[in-house]
Amino acid sequence: MRKLFVIGLICVLPSFVLASGSDLHLRHASVDLSDQASLQRGAKYFVNYCLSCHSAEFMRYQRMADDLNISEEDVLNNLMFASNKIGDTMSIAMTGKDADNWFGTTPPDLSVIARSRGEDWLYTYLHSFYIDESRPSGVNNLVFPDVGMPHVLWELQGSQKAVFKTVDDEHGGQKEVFDHFEAVESGEMTAKEYDQAVTDLVNFMVYMGEPAKLVRYELGIKVLVFLAVFFVIAVMLKKEYWKDIH
Amino acid sequence: MANSVANFMDWVDARFPLTQVWKEHLAEYYAPKNFNFWYYFGSLALLVLVNQIITGIWLTMNYKPDAALAFASVEYIMRDVNWGWLIRYLHSTGASAFFIVVYLHMFRGLIYGSYKQPRELIWILGMLIYLCLMAEAFMGYLLPWGQMSYWGAQVIISLFGAIPGIGEDLALWIRGDYVVADATLNRFFAFHVIALPLVLVVLVFLHIVALHHVGSNNPDGVDIKKYKDKNGKPLDGIPFHPYYTVKDIVGVVGFLIIFFAIIFFAPEMGGWFLEKDNFIPADPLKTPEHIVPLWYFTPFYAILRAVPDKFGGVLAMGGAIVVLFLLPWLDRSPVKSIRYRGTLYKMMLSIFVISFIALGYLGTQPATPEHTMYARICAVIYFAFFLLMPFYTSINEDERVPNRVTS
Repeated sequence: MRKLFVIGLICVLPSFVLASGSDLHLRHASVDLSDQASLQRGAKYFVNYCLSCHSAEFMRYQRMADDLNISEEDVLNNLMFASNKIGDTMSIAMTGKDADNWFGTTPPDLSVIARSRGEDWLYTYLHSFYIDESRPSGVNNLVFPDVGMPHVLWELQGSQKAVFKTVDDEHGGQKEVFDHFEAVESGEMTAKEYDQAVTDLVNFMVYMGEPAKLVRYELGIKVLVFLAVFFVIAVMLKKEYWKDIH
Repeated sequence: MANSVANFMDWVDARFPLTQVWKEHLAEYYAPKNFNFWYYFGSLALLVLVNQIITGIWLTMNYKPDAALAFASVEYIMRDVNWGWLIRYLHSTGASAFFIVVYLHMFRGLIYGSYKQPRELIWILGMLIYLCLMAEAFMGYLLPWGQMSYWGAQVIISLFGAIPGIGEDLALWIRGDYVVADATLNRFFAFHVIALPLVLVVLVFLHIVALHHVGSNNPDGVDIKKYKDKNGKPLDGIPFHPYYTVKDIVGVVGFLIIFFAIIFFAPEMGGWFLEKDNFIPADPLKTPEHIVPLWYFTPFYAILRAVPDKFGGVLAMGGAIVVLFLLPWLDRSPVKSIRYRGTLYKMMLSIFVISFIALGYLGTQPATPEHTMYARICAVIYFAFFLLMPFYTSINEDERVPNRVTS
């Protein structure tokens, strides 16, 4: 048990143990949950590119159809590959054991990934695959070094290599830091189109992380307006009762 | 109609002291008329307690205290249960709100000397409530079974392992397994939903009984019972109902505006109320990069880490809480309220508040050598504030306290 305690303490100890990628500047994802067309496109990308290896065990197709205004028929015909029951959740056929054999790890469930990673991280991650022949998948990722996942969107983005530069580090030595990406092969999309596609996909994952977000803000404004009015009345009531207390 | 109501009340009063209780605790409970902003937090703490109990009951209806199902059942509540997301956010935000309100309530007691004679027992009962609340929050935080739930519990329980001799066995006994596991989750659930809430409600009841027995203190720290009118009512007192009931409604609505603004627009509060890592299911094989307790524990966590020795750290952390119990006897000044205390006390209090907040911040940060140094300085100030209190409150040049309340 002493060991576990030490492990625990070591984990909260200095950040020099942090993976170098964590310091990377994240790109801002300008997601917009009120943009239904974007969410619909995001759903399409998600089921086509993510949902064969990653599951989204907590997300129901029915809920997606209702929230994003997609007809059940469309969902059944175009967005459901692993199941044909609209009330099912987004599970996958691949088993964890197979995944371990193929990728060296089990791809995480993506239901709440936007809540644990954050939208900016996801947006940057999907932009940061670069060619690295030393990896089994042929690619590496700047924000998630040595990730097991291949670059599934390469057809859309094309491929790029990462250019590093050498700078002095704080200990007087030198280290390699990332400088910029250089396109090697162009994909089906232009850089701008790809940015939009990733924004749509991340937008969908933010929605999927918490579907209640679609109603939360709207309801919140109503509740706060009611409370503001109530507050004024409460203050007036208090003043009325207290006018003879000095 | 009026007659039959009166008859009914007579019938009840002959069997239960309903009218008497109403009078003693509301309609004829005389509270000082000069309560200020700081006096809202007692009734707000009660409001949050009720919120936690009610939302807790509804969460229990769909939550599954099972290591294999817990995480998914919370997401089920968030998605498939009607209004489940709102109930869950009311509960998770309520937990942090409880600590904010209780810390402000305790600070009120500190600045106006509400712990001093004859209110020592109110303070001690309040401290027991605080202790109980910490246990309640700690055990409740395990239930979502996320990474932070799991590793937070792992680290905190293993602190018991630092106790010489019995430590390892004690930690094992608390967990019910060699690591935090299903057995731990089950027992924490039992404590969180029934054992501790019962204790909490009883303590709150006793806290209020003790308060109403001696009467409320006030920002001037003067005894309003010294000056009474010919009917024996304190000249500076007003009946709690209706005066403070209508005033507390203002406090309640003001509080709810902030509370609901958080619930609807920022329920994670930037990771302070719901931590990002807790959206990753508990994984006993993968330790997160930073294990940080929730914000309300971080001052004590910083004290724990400030001590180089493991057991010493545990003792310091425990001591930081125990010393609060002794407050009524550490303070030797005859003056209650900060309004009439000398500069020395005001300075000590100021640096104490700064160091407590700094400790809270440092507890959330990685323990770099600089952070540890700051934490040590702040921990020394924390203890100095209490342990030197008998000296600086004796030599402090207090001002004259007025006989009657000032405003």
